[in-house]
Amino acid sequence: MTVGVPDLQKLADSVVEQAKSGEQIEAYVSRGGETSVRVYEGELEHFVSAQSEGVGIRIIKDGRTGFAYAGTLEPSAIAEVLAEARDNIQFGTVDQWAGLAEPDGVQQIPQKFWDEELASYPTDKKIEITKELEKLTLAADSRVRSEQSNYEDGWGETAVSTTTGIRESGRGNSCYVSVATLADDGDEAQTGFGFSVGDSPKEFDLQKAAREAADRATRLLGATKPASKKVTIVLDPYVTSQFVSILSSALNGENLAKGRSLFADRLNEQVADARFTLVDDPTNKLAYTATDIDGEGLAARRNVLIENGVLKMFVHSSYSARRMNTKSTGNATRGGFAGGPGVGCLAMQVQPGTKTQAELIASIDDGVLIQDVAGMHSGVNTISGDFSTGASGIVITNGTLGAPIREFTIASTLQKMLLNIVDLGKDIDWLPMRAVGLSLVISDVMMSGS
Amino acid sequence: MTKTQSAEPLVAPDVLERVLAAGRSTGAEFSEVYVEDKRSTSAGLDDGKVEQVTSGRDRGAGIRVVSGETTGFAHTSDLSERGLLAAAQAAAMAAKQGGGGVNKVQLGDVLRHSVNTVKVAPDGVEKSRKVELLKRVDAAARAVNASIVQVSAGYGDSRRRILVANSNGVLSADEQVRTLLRVSVVATGDGGMQTGYDSLGHTIGFEMFDENDVEELAIRAAKQAVTKLSARPAPSGAMPVVIKRGSGGVLFHEACGHGLEADLVGKSASVYRGKMGELVASSLVTLVDDGTMTAEWGAIGIDDEGHPSQRNTLIQDGVLTDYMWDYLRARKEGRAQSGNGRRQSYQHLPMVRMTNTFVLNGKEDPDEIVRNTKQGVYVAKLGGGQVDTASGDFVFGMTEAYLIENGEITEPLREGNLIGNGPEVLKDIDLLGNDFAMGNPGTCGKDGQGVPVGDGQPTLRVRSLTIGGTAA
Repeated sequence: MTVGVPDLQKLADSVVEQAKSGEQIEAYVSRGGETSVRVYEGELEHFVSAQSEGVGIRIIKDGRTGFAYAGTLEPSAIAEVLAEARDNIQFGTVDQWAGLAEPDGVQQIPQKFWDEELASYPTDKKIEITKELEKLTLAADSRVRSEQSNYEDGWGETAVSTTTGIRESGRGNSCYVSVATLADDGDEAQTGFGFSVGDSPKEFDLQKAAREAADRATRLLGATKPASKKVTIVLDPYVTSQFVSILSSALNGENLAKGRSLFADRLNEQVADARFTLVDDPTNKLAYTATDIDGEGLAARRNVLIENGVLKMFVHSSYSARRMNTKSTGNATRGGFAGGPGVGCLAMQVQPGTKTQAELIASIDDGVLIQDVAGMHSGVNTISGDFSTGASGIVITNGTLGAPIREFTIASTLQKMLLNIVDLGKDIDWLPMRAVGLSLVISDVMMSGS
Repeated sequence: MTKTQSAEPLVAPDVLERVLAAGRSTGAEFSEVYVEDKRSTSAGLDDGKVEQVTSGRDRGAGIRVVSGETTGFAHTSDLSERGLLAAAQAAAMAAKQGGGGVNKVQLGDVLRHSVNTVKVAPDGVEKSRKVELLKRVDAAARAVNASIVQVSAGYGDSRRRILVANSNGVLSADEQVRTLLRVSVVATGDGGMQTGYDSLGHTIGFEMFDENDVEELAIRAAKQAVTKLSARPAPSGAMPVVIKRGSGGVLFHEACGHGLEADLVGKSASVYRGKMGELVASSLVTLVDDGTMTAEWGAIGIDDEGHPSQRNTLIQDGVLTDYMWDYLRARKEGRAQSGNGRRQSYQHLPMVRMTNTFVLNGKEDPDEIVRNTKQGVYVAKLGGGQVDTASGDFVFGMTEAYLIENGEITEPLREGNLIGNGPEVLKDIDLLGNDFAMGNPGTCGKDGQGVPVGDGQPTLRVRSLTIGGTAA
């Protein structure tokens, strides 16, 4: 990484240096801190200031893998973790493809992940901002109440070293504000939220977050349950981002190797409408999840996954790449020191269309603007492709928005939905999620209601 | 409940007293130390191989300081007196800027309230025996049918020692052991791939595997996947739904459980606000949250605020009788806590959470419930769910379901979500069976924290629920 953390790197190196003959060792060490401010009805509800650290050690010997971690960097604990990881090797099954990543010569694209202004931002200002956001939200609409207003920031430093020659360390920090709202109409209450993300608090758009939180809560007041029928749906950017994210599982090279991808045997075939191009590009600094290295310490890179609807490639870590006789695409993921690397897309981006959301809506005779979904984790099966989620939104009739509706589901299959993409918006929104947002129009979806 | 001197507390009582005093050094009225030491072992098998055995250690303390409506919180992985005092000072500063007096805290004996019995501590069991379970699961699942193409299985155990002390004189300890086995299966056929899943988890030790057949678990998951290979698209629209015993507790977890949490009620973010004493469900429904339910996934000796777990009746014969409470919300209302103050780890603030939430038995014969349903859906296995507590709208996934035609369970259905509104669905329960069973172990997520929970119910019928299928 561009900015190193020498003491953590040294700590990781000191673990790796203890490798015995025939052992491959990877040491992943990290530490970080967070501030969390919550305001409710003008008062500070909680203030959390916390720091944590930890180490994860992976050892591979004769094709067997062992792993251990601890939430501390005390020298005695690190020695214990190393011993535990070594002890765990014997219980693994020999896997001819097991191994660590090796440097592949791909150059990192330098990015800036550390903001000095955020690092030294005063505490009382953080509380002030949180109160201000709540105030703006309440002022946006008289029907709106506050549930909570939050400011969160965090910083982290990580280092990874391996016996195969990977040595990477770096640090980053980030912050965001969010507000949760309630809107009442008699007995009925609806909820909303808004947020704003920045490299430092000075980049926050509090007005926009407040406006969105108020709109989201109020626009569903009086919503009814629709009748069941086939419709064309327009996914709001926030919903599209969630929809695109779930495709990561089907594009995952390890899932492909293990027979769990619904895209198996579809390489170079038409899997989506020709208007759909999907790229994974963590080197794009606009992406919230932008990074310069992947979870194994290889350079992050731009990969075109689906081009004009044609499946071009799967993403790989060094492990899945060895299994599939290819090279890592720099797509190892990592959830922290408590686990080894996995595989996944890092920063998914959809090539935008040419219309605004209003223009997309104007072209639809009978449809629904889907503004929120629920149960993406319980009603979507990324292996079979079955797709069913709870939803709320606004009816589209002859190109205009009508009444709000709620308590219905939208259902299809992932395979069909990709082929049924009818249009895309140009309204790119770099949301704080793994995939970019934009308006996406999909036809022939079953809406289930009364 | 027994009171004993602690043999070896995680932190010495005199240190706790000094840390609690430091927490109130800025004038706060309440301080609390939560100490946790957790050791865990997990093993994963996938694609026929034991991929990795993992050992984990998480140890640290969270210090909470409350001043008026404001909570300050800091945590540390350094359990020395110096580390704890530093965290206490940080929490105190966070709760209140300004000076205060010295507040002495005197702690008595450690309260130990244990609801679980562990016969075979899992950390004393050879790892090879744990890995062997996974291999048995893999073999049993693959033997079910040639269409089974992939199996992944996971084993996990943890031993979590906690110690809670606060400036009100509470000093409590618990040791929480959990043992879990899960299996996911992929089957393939002409119509593509289908999946099956099952799991087993209890707050007991390795003796869980003497009392439960892991092959049976694997076979159930495999059969679920195979059955779904011939599944037809689920219907769409509202219709009667029969939910098999022990598979639908998540319905109550989402339809009303979260809405009965006092923190959400306190902010009027629950559709059940102001409904105490009112009829909120069919008179058939009695809903209980019970942290003392031995061996169940949500069973705890004490909650994460040091309060002994207890059994709380939330809905009695359809009438709302109580919400669930933690320390802060109970303090605000001037009432007793209910043992529902829980947190994911020492790095988190406690809040109101469920433990084991379930509906008591009714009177109907479960087979009769199906026979009395002309057209509808029979759900044999539910997945996760999600709720908007303010509107009451909730969804939950059906991972194994069948059509009911003329009072008989017929064809299997593809997966989908069901959607309903909590208060409406509770009132729509028109048949309740006499075959109560607890369901699978679950993890409940709220405000970014996950805690283990259990749920259960007898077979029941909801007069009308919306099925999120694709068939017209």
